[in-house]
Amino acid sequence: MNEILEIEKKTLVKPDPMVPFLMKIRKTSWDTNDIFSLILEHDDDNKKTFSFKPGQFNMVYAFGQGEAAISISSDSSKDTSITHTIHKVGYVTSALSQLKKGDVIGIRGPFGSSWPVEEAKGKDVVIVTGGIGLAPLRPAIYYIFKHRKNYGRVILLYGARTARDLLYRVELEEWTRKHKIEILTTVDRSDSSWRGNVGVVTELFSYIKLEPNSTFAMVCGPEVMMKYTIDELKTRGVPKHNIYLSMERNMKCAIGFCGHCQYSSNFVCKDGPVFSYSHVKRIFDVREL
Amino acid sequence: MEDLSRILRSHPFLQDLDEEYLNQIVGCASNVVFHEDQSIFKEGDEAEKFYLIRNGKVALEFNGRDKGRIRILTIGPGQILGWSWIISPYRWHFDAHAIEEVRAIALDGECLRNKCEQDPNLGYEMLKRFAHILEMRLNATRMQLLDVYKRV
Repeated sequence: MNEILEIEKKTLVKPDPMVPFLMKIRKTSWDTNDIFSLILEHDDDNKKTFSFKPGQFNMVYAFGQGEAAISISSDSSKDTSITHTIHKVGYVTSALSQLKKGDVIGIRGPFGSSWPVEEAKGKDVVIVTGGIGLAPLRPAIYYIFKHRKNYGRVILLYGARTARDLLYRVELEEWTRKHKIEILTTVDRSDSSWRGNVGVVTELFSYIKLEPNSTFAMVCGPEVMMKYTIDELKTRGVPKHNIYLSMERNMKCAIGFCGHCQYSSNFVCKDGPVFSYSHVKRIFDVREL
Repeated sequence: MEDLSRILRSHPFLQDLDEEYLNQIVGCASNVVFHEDQSIFKEGDEAEKFYLIRNGKVALEFNGRDKGRIRILTIGPGQILGWSWIISPYRWHFDAHAIEEVRAIALDGECLRNKCEQDPNLGYEMLKRFAHILEMRLNATRMQLLDVYKRV
């Protein structure tokens, strides 16, 4: 009888998506002065059941404070841990930033759609990102590196507020050395000490030449930045259906039930966060209600 | 001169320019090199030239007084440095210096203005191209002003 119940538990009864499971913090680190990463360890049960696709997010629960929707920023092929890179901006993220190695947090997920890494095989990939927008794209970048010979040129255009706000700086250098990726970074503002590019991320398009019909674009950042980026991609002839973007809305339940993240006929938590631009083109300029 | 025509033609700013216009402006062009940290122009100076950047990177800065020197833009290969040559009173609004060795084609502003006056079609063509650059820079400046990466 117990055996049958156990089998039912494993096969028939799906875990309640509203109930968090526990993960232990293996490591915390500050990436910039207001962005930090939590590396979370699976217990043995989670290891067997948890997997995610690049671009998906979790609801991260700071006990006593609440939940926040946070993209997963680690390699989706690793089954021992996941990483969340988090901007400290509100109560929940502030509480998360105080946690230490060994502390336990709640996780629900993974939720949502993913970057079109399979569809982009055989094509060039241009990744355009700003600020913390690099975090949700990092799993897609890892995936591409793992299957590097299946892709053509891979280009990363990355903008940040200042040089101090550039994420994963050591890794960026390593990616260039090891993975045949063209990386161009820029910052919006700078003093004279910075030797890199200054200007908005869209300015970087003037340094690259795209083969528009064989290019997939993945874009993540503030909506204004994505709007100008999409304008640039369209000007350069990249087809709308090859442009993907990650939308951010006020996600609460993460299963398309509560309606907080309704985006016209879509729910960002369930139908997104990654959308094809051709799918959301008409509503892209509609403000959050 | 033929070589300079070819170089001008290879720059994105002029690559689709009519042969007739290219032949007119090539006489105003010269090859220039700026070494790392060399000043190219200073705010308030006469804007005698503009530059088609071929290699290297130029920083545009202004003196923010108590905020120190503020770098507002870098300009690199394929881009244009300077539009003040076309707008009276032809004075630079910023300082520019090379932050790495820069190779560029300099176009003499007065020479080009004279040619534009003589041939309004050429003048209109140049204005259209610079209006496009100005629009892009204005949009970029607006985006910078929005400070989109700042979370409050």
